Amino acid sequence: MSTALEVADLCVSFTQRRARIDAVREVSLSIAQGECVAIVGESGSGKTQLFMAAMGLLPRNASAEGSVLFQGVELLRANRAALNRVRGSKLAMIFQDPMSALTPHLKVGTQLAEVLVRHAGISWRDAWHAATRMLERVHIGEERRRMQQYPHELSGGLRQRVMIAMSLLCAPSLVIADEPTASLDVTVQAQIMELLRSMRSEFGMALALISHDLGLVGGFADHILVMYAGRIIESRPAGHLLNEPRHPYTAELIRCIPRVSGTLPSRMATLPGQPPRPQESPPGCAFAPRCPRAAPRCRTERPVLLTRGAGAAACHFPLDS
Amino acid sequence: MSVPPQAALRQVALRPVALRQEAMRRFRSNPAAVVSIILIAGIVVLSIAGPWFTPYGDDTLDWLHVATRPGLPQAHWFGTDRLGRDLFVRTLEGTRVSLAVGLVASAVSLLVGISYGAVAGYLGGRIDHLMMRIIEIISGLPLIFFVIFITVTFGRNIYILFLSIGAVAWLTMARIVRGQTMSIRRQEYIEAAVACGATPARIILRHVLPNLVGVVVVYATLSVPQVILFESFLSFLGLGIQEPNVSLGTLVADGAGELEAAPWILLIPGAFLALLMLCLNICGDGLRDALDVKEN
Repeated sequence: MSTALEVADLCVSFTQRRARIDAVREVSLSIAQGECVAIVGESGSGKTQLFMAAMGLLPRNASAEGSVLFQGVELLRANRAALNRVRGSKLAMIFQDPMSALTPHLKVGTQLAEVLVRHAGISWRDAWHAATRMLERVHIGEERRRMQQYPHELSGGLRQRVMIAMSLLCAPSLVIADEPTASLDVTVQAQIMELLRSMRSEFGMALALISHDLGLVGGFADHILVMYAGRIIESRPAGHLLNEPRHPYTAELIRCIPRVSGTLPSRMATLPGQPPRPQESPPGCAFAPRCPRAAPRCRTERPVLLTRGAGAAACHFPLDS
Repeated sequence: MSVPPQAALRQVALRPVALRQEAMRRFRSNPAAVVSIILIAGIVVLSIAGPWFTPYGDDTLDWLHVATRPGLPQAHWFGTDRLGRDLFVRTLEGTRVSLAVGLVASAVSLLVGISYGAVAGYLGGRIDHLMMRIIEIISGLPLIFFVIFITVTFGRNIYILFLSIGAVAWLTMARIVRGQTMSIRRQEYIEAAVACGATPARIILRHVLPNLVGVVVVYATLSVPQVILFESFLSFLGLGIQEPNVSLGTLVADGAGELEAAPWILLIPGAFLALLMLCLNICGDGLRDALDVKEN
């Protein structure tokens, strides 16, 4: 089996005060075994909801259509028992904010060992040992003491290491990392990304890295998907996407990455305007109002995601045409 | 608190203080709460051990001393009532019964209220709506009518009394627990637990309920005096504990009839009731302040 996750025509919509809000629109993607795919987009582009739907974590007022296949199991229509067999063991998630993603009144060790007891069915004693070894592998330092500590006694970076250890406990085939470094210091951020990289080579799991920082994932992921207003607008191998973006939005994002070398610009590069509000759905390209290359056709006809070479882009006038 | 900042810092740096220890320390630094907990302990010990030190039982009739004043000579330390029963023994017996009713009925209401509230709050949506409407309907019934209905249907019996008081007292508990659960279930660690494959029952028991301990403990200590008062009120009306059994309520009811001739028959059990109420309430307030982390 070569694909870890196969998403087809996934739509996620929310109903709020009788209004329908589309967060994810007709998204298809596949993540190969052992591959690292980064999903990049600004806030509200639907990148998180896409995976929340896959994990069965959507709030009550949300509904998902389409299909999410994980190792041949359809996750969208799975019942809770089937979902729980997969969640936490084969499909794990690292949350954005390690400050709040650990239960405050349970010891770190208890929380780690419990995952193993539940999923691997081993004794508490063995689980505790395995959890200690896992903390050692994520280079937390003093792992025996850490096991006995409560989450509030650890720093943000250590807690994120605990989260990573927790996600890896059952040797998952896919780990979803939802902005794993968003709430950390820049120096810690680099350490955590380095840890994820080494864990990936050690465990060989596929990684879905959700981020808003193209610069961060650029040197990390094999494949990058760019989302805008609930749709994938460009999906290409990382090197290609960064060096010669096809979609103007991707190009603008790359232009906005601050650079350390060369002369400093007097102002940071920005992309003017706002993404469309999720409750409205303009007939044309969602990016047209902010696009420097927009033509009348862009406002009336929505571009489809066209595959060409090793990637795909949804634009009438791609940059490399 | 007048700890010099550096000393406080050193303390924090040396040893992270567990919440329980911190709460204990703060409770101990509240003199009113400490005094009241000592008084409660004294009343409890007295009500259990006291009757051993007098020759009279709670239904022994001493025809030579009917409605005598409190005093040492006749060994009726609190006096006797108009049937010649020793008021010391009866007051302690009544205190014990009242305390037992308070504790058991509070425990019942705690158990029912917590499970009901946690389930409603965690599941939310339509189930929550339905469960809350049921609570509103029950709390809309007149309390006394409800208790009279139960006692008349099932007979006058101390267990029925526990049940009927408990059946009313759990409503507030359920509401409090539901509100707390709703705010906790939106926390990210609950989502993380779901993502780790934990079942709803497990999440409620392991991740939600332990977070509620503070609120529950405080409300429970405050509900014990409420229940005792309610029981005394029912007994005063003749709906609660029945003769020959005693509770503080029946004793007060007895005494109220003799107020002009023998005021001590009312005043002594009344004082016990008042002291118990006051101490339990102060104790509950002290606990609330001690467990409230956010205040400091």
